[in-house]
Amino acid sequence: MEALVASAVGVLTAAGIYLLLRGRTFPVVLGLALLSYATNIFLFAIGRLKINQAPILSDTALGYTDPLPQALVLTAIVISFAMTAVIVVMSLRSYLESGSDHVDGAQQNKEEA
Amino acid sequence: MNHWLIMPIVLPAVLGPLLIMLGRIDHVLARILSLAGCVALIAISVGLLQQADSGPQTYALSAWVAPFGILLVLDRLSAVMLVLTAVLATVVLLYAMAGWDRRGRHFHALYQFQLMGINGAFLTGDFFNLFVFFEILLIASYGLMVHGGGADRLRAGVQYVIVNLVGSTLFLIAVGLIYSVTGTLNMADLALKVPQVSSDDLALLQVGALLLLLVFGVKAALVPVHFWLPDTYAQAPAPTAALFAILTKVGAYCILRLYVLAFGAQAGASAWLAQEWLLPAAMVSLTLGLVGVLAAKRLGQLASFSVIGSMGTVLTAIALFTPTATAAALYYMLHSTLAAAALFLLTDLVRERRGHHSDALTVAPVFAHRSLLAAAFFVAAIAMAGLPPLSGFLGKLLILQSAWPTPYAFDVYLALLSTALLGIIGFVRAGSTLFWKSTAQQGRIEAEGVSHSVLPWVAVGLLLSGIVALTVGAGGVHDYLSQTAQQLYQPQLYINAVLFPQGGQ
Repeated sequence: MEALVASAVGVLTAAGIYLLLRGRTFPVVLGLALLSYATNIFLFAIGRLKINQAPILSDTALGYTDPLPQALVLTAIVISFAMTAVIVVMSLRSYLESGSDHVDGAQQNKEEA
Repeated sequence: MNHWLIMPIVLPAVLGPLLIMLGRIDHVLARILSLAGCVALIAISVGLLQQADSGPQTYALSAWVAPFGILLVLDRLSAVMLVLTAVLATVVLLYAMAGWDRRGRHFHALYQFQLMGINGAFLTGDFFNLFVFFEILLIASYGLMVHGGGADRLRAGVQYVIVNLVGSTLFLIAVGLIYSVTGTLNMADLALKVPQVSSDDLALLQVGALLLLLVFGVKAALVPVHFWLPDTYAQAPAPTAALFAILTKVGAYCILRLYVLAFGAQAGASAWLAQEWLLPAAMVSLTLGLVGVLAAKRLGQLASFSVIGSMGTVLTAIALFTPTATAAALYYMLHSTLAAAALFLLTDLVRERRGHHSDALTVAPVFAHRSLLAAAFFVAAIAMAGLPPLSGFLGKLLILQSAWPTPYAFDVYLALLSTALLGIIGFVRAGSTLFWKSTAQQGRIEAEGVSHSVLPWVAVGLLLSGIVALTVGAGGVHDYLSQTAQQLYQPQLYINAVLFPQGGQ
């Protein structure tokens, strides 16, 4: 399971960074989303990977899993979801106002010249 | 429990939603309420400044004790930053009230949320909570950054958002790495756990801590992650750019807080972890910022690069990690925040009076209020370039003095003194092109839509008189900041206040 989770984080991060370095806003937004997925899975793993363990203290439990990373992931998911919405709206506005969906407005300048 | 501690967060958090609703109905009332909120923040933060004298104080949210609950911690450093924020916010709001706040919607609400995030970041004693407050201040800053719209501003805004989203991702990864080996998110608890980390996990901890330095570096516009700043600040609406002068200081504050408390003298194998990375990066920022000042083609760019330069100066002093250097850094930080805000506001005043010449550093005919603006720019430029007699000079002198006993004295002297010359040349060139050479030109620019309000002048005047007050009262201010630094370099005080409120260790 460790190998699976670790490679999932790795592949998502690699794909995210590749997309992030693209010129147009749509791949960049997708890249940011992939990066935030990678981060969320990574945060899950910081409490160590355990199966079928209780997150709450009790007299009968034989072992525990750390509940805090799960709470952190929830917060991180909510925030990254909201941020993705913001960046989508802003890229759309930017595209509609400038007629270019390039992050650095490059195409727009080329057309002017 | 002292409930005043949470007021700098609660007050803007309550005012923000109210202003969203009020802004639709009555903008005069919204302005008054927003300004009243800022003035109340000054009063509260000055009150907190006095309370901080008796040592660090804590406020446990929902009365959950540390390290399980989230704590707010007030010490002299956070109190000083709160006062600076409140004062800057009030003055900049006066400027915005002359018209900028009506060029888009919900300016005042976003402004209050921005203040909530900044104040929260200064007060929190918990890492993850710091992340949350960072997000609050960022999401409000995205709104303020594109306030008023326009293609160029939106393009710069999108870039700003992308850079900060990547920064937030790195922040989470760094927090995760640190938590995975120490099992805590509380800063004071972390300070106790860091020396106990086993040598197997040391690499993970240090990677996490240095990633965090990178994240704070993005906020503080540290080279090589400064590249977002010039375009963002130059394209942002003037009041936003002036308020953003405090955002870079949030990054500097976090570096100072974390790397003295948790990765300072008592951190064992990780002691002074940040120093060897921060010092060279800060000196390169300083150089690059002032080369940028020299090369700028527009006044807005010049002001932005001077922010990078001043952050370089502040971080160089912080990176020395001695109490005297930190006191000097804090003094320079107060000064450079006011000076940078004044420069951005002046840029806007010039821009709106020069018609299609805007703020380009080219010779153009005489424009309205030229002599008054020239005088104000003269004072702001002297302050920013660090010439006597104003506080910029005193700040740099204090930094040089504090660097003398350290092994890095030569590098710091070389960096600060050589860049001072670049700064002076850059500002002189800008001032003479904009104001002096215009008299030799034929005609006169009659720009349309110049605001007749007196508020912008009041705001600029207040900022410049703030710089003069810092200069005149330098002795008292520096004494206080020295005590602040002393408190900061006794992490045990902070740790005891957070973890052992009943006495104990």
